[in-house]
Amino acid sequence: MSATIVSLPDQSTARIPKVNYLTKENGILSWLLTGDHKRIAILYLISITFFFFIGGALAGLIRLELLTPQADLMATDTYNKVFTMHGVIMIFFFLVPSVPATLGNFLIPMMIGAKDLALPRINLLSWYLYMAGGILAIYTMAVGGVDTGWTFTTPLSTHYVNTNVITTGLAVFVAGFSSIFTGLNFIVTIHKMRAPGMTWFRLPLFVWSHYAASLLMVLGTPVLAIAIVLVALERTIGIGVFDPTKGGDPLLFQHLFWFYSHPAVYIMILPGMGVISETISTFSRKRVFGYTAVAFSSVAIAIFGFFVWAHHMFIMGISNYSVLIFSLLTMLVAVPSAIKIFNWTFTLYKGSITFETPLLYSFGFMGLFTIGGLTGVFLGTSGTDIHLTETYFIVAHFHFVMVGGMLMAFLAGIHFWWPKMTGRMYPEKLSQLAAVVTFIGFVFTFFPQFILGVLGMPRRYASYPPEFQVLNVFSTAGATILGVGYLLPVLYLVWSLKYGAIAGNNPWQATGLEWQTQSPPLTENFAEMPVMDHEAYDYEWLENQKRRKEVTSAG
Amino acid sequence: MPDSPAIAHGAPEPAHEEHPAYLRHHFNSVEQQADTAGFAMWLFLVTEVMFFSGLFTAYLIYRNWYYPAFVAGSHQLNVYWGTLNTLVLIVSSFTMAMGVWCAQTRRKSGLVLCLTLTFLLGLGFLGIKTIEYREKIEKHHVPGFHYSLQSFVDPQSEPEVFSEYHDKPLSLDVARHTELYFSLYFLMTGMHAAHMIIGIGILAFMILRARAGAYTSGHTTFVLNFGLYWHFIDIVWIYLFALLYLISRHQ
Repeated sequence: MSATIVSLPDQSTARIPKVNYLTKENGILSWLLTGDHKRIAILYLISITFFFFIGGALAGLIRLELLTPQADLMATDTYNKVFTMHGVIMIFFFLVPSVPATLGNFLIPMMIGAKDLALPRINLLSWYLYMAGGILAIYTMAVGGVDTGWTFTTPLSTHYVNTNVITTGLAVFVAGFSSIFTGLNFIVTIHKMRAPGMTWFRLPLFVWSHYAASLLMVLGTPVLAIAIVLVALERTIGIGVFDPTKGGDPLLFQHLFWFYSHPAVYIMILPGMGVISETISTFSRKRVFGYTAVAFSSVAIAIFGFFVWAHHMFIMGISNYSVLIFSLLTMLVAVPSAIKIFNWTFTLYKGSITFETPLLYSFGFMGLFTIGGLTGVFLGTSGTDIHLTETYFIVAHFHFVMVGGMLMAFLAGIHFWWPKMTGRMYPEKLSQLAAVVTFIGFVFTFFPQFILGVLGMPRRYASYPPEFQVLNVFSTAGATILGVGYLLPVLYLVWSLKYGAIAGNNPWQATGLEWQTQSPPLTENFAEMPVMDHEAYDYEWLENQKRRKEVTSAG
Repeated sequence: MPDSPAIAHGAPEPAHEEHPAYLRHHFNSVEQQADTAGFAMWLFLVTEVMFFSGLFTAYLIYRNWYYPAFVAGSHQLNVYWGTLNTLVLIVSSFTMAMGVWCAQTRRKSGLVLCLTLTFLLGLGFLGIKTIEYREKIEKHHVPGFHYSLQSFVDPQSEPEVFSEYHDKPLSLDVARHTELYFSLYFLMTGMHAAHMIIGIGILAFMILRARAGAYTSGHTTFVLNFGLYWHFIDIVWIYLFALLYLISRHQ
């Protein structure tokens, strides 16, 4: 038994297919005006990486400030702006579009056997909207930033602060429409563009989870948009909807905002879960255990996700009965998440596991997401929430889910599909090192924050009592390791564009339709329309294909 | 496998060699393309519903809290102009539907006529809305710009306005919450009007294209989907009319 499933073509004769989506047309305009979902995915990949590093630099500043108990690196109001912009950029310009807009964009049409997304021009428009929003956010930062926290909490945002709430709001509003159009495009594509034989229950689970996330984008984001419009109008002309002196209620904003922003958490995590389903199956050579359950758990998360928003408001004066009901519903949403984790574990059970980088990242996801999810139960329980909310416990909780979960999944996906996107392999040993470094750095950074939170250190302050310093030093030290972990992939992935080994069609011996065509793919993905005549994750089918040497290289 | 759309629409079927220029490269058939565009439009309208739903929620909550103020605010609106506007919009929906029919049956002049009528009726709606807004401006009932509590508590303080409208004075605790009502009134009707303006802009573009014969050669998707949009705006207005003008009219 070899310890790897990687099967590359003979490097002395192999070459990248001459005609592919990257070489089809040349020149900057052929990229900026493209309708090709794969090229738009690449545009997204470059831009979200840019925003990730801006958000990451801001995170570095936060950790540096918190190295010492006093507010000495920056003024306290600067600190407020830094953590606000960190939140805004990471959430709206990295996490929400991360997997869907890059991997989802690239892969959904290929996985379902289509030539493109249903609405290519809308797809391009959504990238431009994303960029417009992103540039506006950067502009806001340059002219002084905003210090409301990423939640734009009223009446702070409408009446008290004098920073750039409107421009930031506009940036989020515009980026929101980008997200709406991406989600809409995915839903339409999955409904209407599937290849012959590609029934709903033959779809890869990656597609199911994107479908569920798209539902959330389409139904949730418009509510955020109107909430932002109301904040802007309240702030500029004082319409009174959120103003208690005129009879309005600031809590209404909270309800509207969290009606989107809680489901947004699932917009961020569901596509990541889709990636994990693919990698776990491929690297344990088994069909995902309980395919139907995993598929429906995505939809269940999407549906339950809409009915838990008020758990962000337990201490804000909503009624005790609301607390009771929303607490119960919050517990319920843990069930489909647990279904996924258990089914992935059962998939690994007795599988032929090989430990390539995507699987290492996926293990990181499973461990960290489980911790993040379980601590979410503490926060969903009203008794413990009153103690833990607005402390570092909540900061650690959502970083475990978002960074430990989503970012790990994103990196797993980028490594897994890198050979498909570029035609070349990344360096395996180095990337395994990066995965381990990221995991260690992550745990060092955020685990101490759970303890800090339980001890009562509040979030969103530049200074803290000296007895918390040891744990904060731990956290900051961990952040530097984490930074190295994130920098490494950028370096070696860029390196691999030129020097990586030629990957061939299907280096992982994976079953998805996207692997049955050349890498990088043709502009129209497949030489001829694929016909799906087997179930998803059917490794026996793949073996038969190989035996009959029918795995065509369409180049 | 009838579940799969590509098969349902007879994907690589060389039987009918229909491959018109407007069939985009990533679709297998004209039917699939039209089907997809229609589905996308319906989904877009769902996002629009969610967009307006935030405002409807705010209306619902504050109406429950400040019921007398909302009834009083409702009585301030001009139900005659409102009814007329509703009629204008319904007729415009009819002309739009006729436009779709003309496009489908390839009647070029009929299409241009219907679109032009829809365009004019849309402008008419905005014109009537302007008259209504002007009335509110005269009475200083515009939150955020000029809102006078006194105009509710003591309408006779401005004799000119009073002689025209003869409003009854409200008690102070009712009057002070009418501001929320009018905020929501301007927000909801304003958001609706913004959608109308976008629609009228697209209509103007469509009229130009239709005169060049664009939609009457079989490719009707754009007209069809715009029709959906136009009817959607119409329906939003029907709800606004009921919630802002008609409700608790009898009190």
